[in-house]
Amino acid sequence: MSDVIISIKNVVKTFGKVVAVSNANLDVVKGEFFSLLGPSGCGKTTLLRMLAGFELPTEGSIEIDGQDVTLVPPNHRPVNMVFQNYAIFPHLNVASNIAFGMRKSGLSKQELAQRIDQMLELIKLPGYGERGASELSGGQRQRVALARALIKQPKVLLLDEPLGALDKKLREQMQIELRLLQQHVGITFVFVTHDQEEALTLSDRIAVMDQGDIIEVSTPTLLYEQPKSQFVADFIGTMNFFDCTLTDYSDDVASGQCAELGEIRVKGQQPVVQPGETFALAIRPEKFSISFADPASSVNTVEGRMGPSAYLGDRSHFYIHIKGRDNPISVALQNLSGVLDQKYSTDKTVWLSWSDDAAVMIRAEK
Amino acid sequence: MLYLVFLYAPVAVLPLFSFNDSQYVTFPLLGFTLKWYAQLADSQGLHSALINSLKVGVSVAVLSTVLGIFAAKAVTRYRMRRSGLLIGFIMVPLVIPEIILGISLLMTFSISEVKLSLVTVGIGHLMLCTPFSMLVLISRMEGFDQSYEEASQDLGENAWWTFWRVTFPIILPGVVASLLLTFTISFDEFVLAFFLAGTDSTLPLHIWGQLRFPDKLPSTLALGAIIVVLSTVVIFAAELIRRSGVQVGGKSKV
Repeated sequence: MSDVIISIKNVVKTFGKVVAVSNANLDVVKGEFFSLLGPSGCGKTTLLRMLAGFELPTEGSIEIDGQDVTLVPPNHRPVNMVFQNYAIFPHLNVASNIAFGMRKSGLSKQELAQRIDQMLELIKLPGYGERGASELSGGQRQRVALARALIKQPKVLLLDEPLGALDKKLREQMQIELRLLQQHVGITFVFVTHDQEEALTLSDRIAVMDQGDIIEVSTPTLLYEQPKSQFVADFIGTMNFFDCTLTDYSDDVASGQCAELGEIRVKGQQPVVQPGETFALAIRPEKFSISFADPASSVNTVEGRMGPSAYLGDRSHFYIHIKGRDNPISVALQNLSGVLDQKYSTDKTVWLSWSDDAAVMIRAEK
Repeated sequence: MLYLVFLYAPVAVLPLFSFNDSQYVTFPLLGFTLKWYAQLADSQGLHSALINSLKVGVSVAVLSTVLGIFAAKAVTRYRMRRSGLLIGFIMVPLVIPEIILGISLLMTFSISEVKLSLVTVGIGHLMLCTPFSMLVLISRMEGFDQSYEEASQDLGENAWWTFWRVTFPIILPGVVASLLLTFTISFDEFVLAFFLAGTDSTLPLHIWGQLRFPDKLPSTLALGAIIVVLSTVVIFAAELIRRSGVQVGGKSKV
């Protein structure tokens, strides 16, 4: 594969007895927006810092653009990084910050000034060159950090939770800008975040990490709709899990029996287990529909009692108690009408149902 | 308030009598004169002592500040194990009485047959000044964000250039403060110089010598007044510089 730009092979990183990254294998394709997603302490930042060269792998090798850079120091790697706190040099103005890495570029003063102006244009801060570092807002710092790295035209841009310090509105705006910028410059981005929504919005592909392991690498859609493990299903978005046993699989339809749901049917999925074995059935909150009359079919439906609800503006969350289950099922409905529907009142008896392509079969953990 | 009077009244006596037109330090004041200051300008011994003190002071200031930068870097950057204990050890010279330090250094030099000179004074002052320099620089570097140096490396600079392009400019106010502070300490220091100077005389030693001659007292007062004023200016400048400049924290308010 010639279009692989980063190739991480069997990389292990330990700090004393703590294993930060255990046996990571990963290929990043040229030009893609790749995210490392996981809870804090999962090793994603360590992996990124190994790509930048700030940490050396205990074992394994890292190739960037076909060149083994495992032991190459940061200042000789064809990558640049946007730091979590941006690390804008406080003693330099914006232009000097952006020009910092260009000392050995061989450009004349004029050419360099022109490049800086281009970068300021790119990050939508034209005319900010003379501003001091302390005069910038958080969003502006982030842009300057981007410009400072991008002016070097790196093969890969590494971003360490660059949006974490911004407030929600600004973060959403920067997400869109970041994505557009990446498509505009065409540079491979490797982006570290713990925010699953952010990863889903931005990425072409995502590697989900937990406790030093890469659990799953996939596209946002597949990670959300067809997660391969309970950890991924649970970490990305909200998921309801049910213990089930596979009874039959034929004609692309898997049938199962679940303690809490009764008979279920899943279409279009290869079962992860053999008939007779147990698996976890996972259903997203928004896949359910709520009705107040007993549906004709008893497959893919369950009777329950309305529990508490939460109004979230664009949608509402309902918690539905069903027999034999301790924690309620989480159900999300879009608020289509402008007034809050009174029919979903607490303690009402309801029937939940879902279509046969809405649920996911996952190998049960433990 | 009373404390301030107590603190500064004796110091004020010095310039007061240095302008008095009389050999003797007694009230009432007889008249205003600058002749004691004029007399200073002619004193040969004073000139050589002043130059000696400047030599020692400048070298000590530079050396102790360089050492201070290294130590502060080590302590704040690598979060060394037991760095608390290490700092404690470094700071010990601050609490050892100078006279003890002087005697022990004198013994060390005589055992190892090092001839007493300005160099030995300088070594003594270095021991005395380096802890101050470290204190100033550590407080400046505390909270120094390591990602500044990483960013510089990431943008292609090696350790040497990173120091000069990033670290040094950011800690510059601390460096200047340390230079001024250590220079002042060395310049004013008497006890160690008394033990270690040999035949070379520093300014405080020269003043001490002058006190034996009653007729030289007023011009010594004049000299003292000048030193007090200059030292005060330097120390205030050092503190102002230390506090000014860019904030090191790097935690930007968003």
